[in-house]
Amino acid sequence: MATLAGAQTSTYAGANAWRVILEWLTTVDHKKIGIMYLWTAGAFGLVGMAFSLVMRTELAQTGTIISAETYNSIFTMHGSVMIFLFLLPVGAAFMNYSMPLQIGALDMAFPRINALSFWIFLFGGVLLTLSFAVEGGTASAGWTAYPPVTLDTGNNAEPPGAGMDMWLVGVILLGQASIFGSVNFLVTIFKMRAPGMTMWRLPLFTWTTLVTGLLILLSTPVLAAALVLGFIDRNGAEGAFFDPAAGGQPLLWQNLFWFYSHPAVYIMILPAMGIVSDVFGVFTRRPVFGYRSMVLALIAIGLLGFIVWAHHMFTTGGVFLPFFMGATFLIAVPTGVKMFNWITTMWRGSNIFPTAMLFSVGFLMLFLIGGITGVFHAAVPVDFALHDTYFVVGHFHYTMSIAATFGFLAGCYYWFPKMFGKFMNEGLGKLHFWLLFIGVNLVFFTQLLLGLDGMPRRINDYVANPGWELMNMLITIGAFVSAAGMMVFLYNVVYSLKWGERAGSDPWEGTTLEWATTSPPPAHNFDSLPEIRSERPLFDLRFGERLQDDPHYHVNNGHNGSNGGGAKQPDTSSREEG
Amino acid sequence: MAASAIPHKRVHPIRSFLVGDEPMTTGLWGIIFFIFSEIMFFAGLIAAMLALHSDTLFWEPTNGAHRVEGDHLLPILFTVLLVSTSIPMQFAAFAIRKGNRKAMLINMAIVLVVGTAFIINQYFEWTHAGFGISDGPYAATFYTLTGFHGAHVIGGLVFIFAQWLRGLLGHFDAKRNTAIEAATLYWHFVGFVWLLVIFPLVFFLS
Repeated sequence: MATLAGAQTSTYAGANAWRVILEWLTTVDHKKIGIMYLWTAGAFGLVGMAFSLVMRTELAQTGTIISAETYNSIFTMHGSVMIFLFLLPVGAAFMNYSMPLQIGALDMAFPRINALSFWIFLFGGVLLTLSFAVEGGTASAGWTAYPPVTLDTGNNAEPPGAGMDMWLVGVILLGQASIFGSVNFLVTIFKMRAPGMTMWRLPLFTWTTLVTGLLILLSTPVLAAALVLGFIDRNGAEGAFFDPAAGGQPLLWQNLFWFYSHPAVYIMILPAMGIVSDVFGVFTRRPVFGYRSMVLALIAIGLLGFIVWAHHMFTTGGVFLPFFMGATFLIAVPTGVKMFNWITTMWRGSNIFPTAMLFSVGFLMLFLIGGITGVFHAAVPVDFALHDTYFVVGHFHYTMSIAATFGFLAGCYYWFPKMFGKFMNEGLGKLHFWLLFIGVNLVFFTQLLLGLDGMPRRINDYVANPGWELMNMLITIGAFVSAAGMMVFLYNVVYSLKWGERAGSDPWEGTTLEWATTSPPPAHNFDSLPEIRSERPLFDLRFGERLQDDPHYHVNNGHNGSNGGGAKQPDTSSREEG
Repeated sequence: MAASAIPHKRVHPIRSFLVGDEPMTTGLWGIIFFIFSEIMFFAGLIAAMLALHSDTLFWEPTNGAHRVEGDHLLPILFTVLLVSTSIPMQFAAFAIRKGNRKAMLINMAIVLVVGTAFIINQYFEWTHAGFGISDGPYAATFYTLTGFHGAHVIGGLVFIFAQWLRGLLGHFDAKRNTAIEAATLYWHFVGFVWLLVIFPLVFFLS
């Protein structure tokens, strides 16, 4: 093997580059596909961030720099790009890369369909972005695309052009990529687990992949239905679905759209929660507190996510308020369980704070603010007062955007050594963390205050009410501080890829199976697997012999495993009581 | 091999009927999950139709066209035909589970012929409907639902035809038949979506 690799590197460099490019273009390896998702989604994330900087420049002071039409187009594309082309695919990137490694699998269940997902995603993303070039510009109805402003029927004074159709088709394609991906994740988790890897021994990130996969599988097709109805409405049906004048119902779109888009919030945040759980499990040097309650809370969040979509529509007058209010309040319970478990994991842990851990702690803080403001919104009277103000903008950015991004950045710092065999620079990482943490709080906490003061969202200018100009300026400064933080991150990625310190196969003393193979792993992932007797097989490998007689060391046996454990099973009582 | 040392596990009769006694392959799991996503897609479209029907300014086609009573006969006939092709498709699966490739090919040929006839009838339904897609909510949902269902029938037929060709080439035996089982499950889905939901809605809500 070694001589072969040496021979390949010594060939003509140009031909070698083409061979590498061809290899990446035709790859069906889940690790390479995951990394391609990561690069692509990262690039789209930078585009989305550029849009947000344009908006903040416009809103820094009263008066307008760009027209209302341009502003509409920019905020629509900011939302669409960030959600469909950044947050969802970054989650898919980590699920692709890490999940098969964590369960000890060779690859995904359907490697070629996995590659197909990526290329459909890329095509959909390019289609969405290309709408800047067509006449009439991009879609400009917000990422929620409420009709009738999306329609081109008579009622609409300024009907959107082909950009709207490209948006609809692009999002259908992205949804299709998601569905193929979710089938792949689910079958992989159910069928491809290594011997001994029972369901109750899955790492928490793999559990979040499972629940996320189910959410994608059951909610994304409903969005696809809404999008094809929207497309037909614009191309043939003349508004019969969504234009009231033609017999349609605008609320029908909102119901179908939010039936997907509320679970979509969990599709974005759950993988981040999974990453954070794994990171806590490593850097507190303790098992994650309440493993099973974490899993059950996750499942509860997934189930409740399907029955709360109408809380986005409280002010429409078309939904049954008490039910959706109650169900929305309920979601705070499993989320609270998870917060409690994360904090309790750190409690009396031997905590160390590399950048991945910093971002995980940052995730907790941001998600706490986002979650609590979410409970505000769940109360119908509060929602009536705050609907469509910057309070909403602050709330959802705190939860699904920034908290999720912090989780994913934790994942970047955590798995970068596994992906590329090198550490990311810690000093730059800490600078990145503090710039970003200060920047985003400046942006979004000020937005909460601005929203309480009544400033409406989705406008390109505002009157100079007392305090509004100051707060808007603060938000703009925060946005640029955050952007500076992300530039540090970009530099860190380039720097670490080139000059980063070499990392061994298990640089963090991890507990899950991905650290049992080399960094980066070989194409077939594992040369050999350790015995899997708990949800922390690498911990057992390192310390199992030594801790055999320690009453505080218990192995979580799992209940549904036919292959459960080897000869030694020290204790069957659950570990978290220890 | 080691697998033969494992005593044969009793399989639930419904499971045995649907996908046989062999271990579930990744392909079968894949198609089952995919069918769930398809169900949700049609659930979205059907929910849209019910919502529009329950509360709209006008439901009937705006150009005044109506389906007349006699028109129900042909659609009902082809509904029965389409749904009954689930039987030869299931027989094809039964046959290949016993290794009988010839019986499988004959049964699949029946499915292909009747399925194609259903699509041809759908074409006549579309051309003789008397209203266009822009004639109000009923007309729009009629074309959308029958259109997407028709696309799924065509997709199913293409899939079955591909497997039929593979069968001619000598693929599939009692152990290796995932594609046939997958095609069978998908075909049941396509038939039952039509029978239980779309057909009654499209033809009796009019």
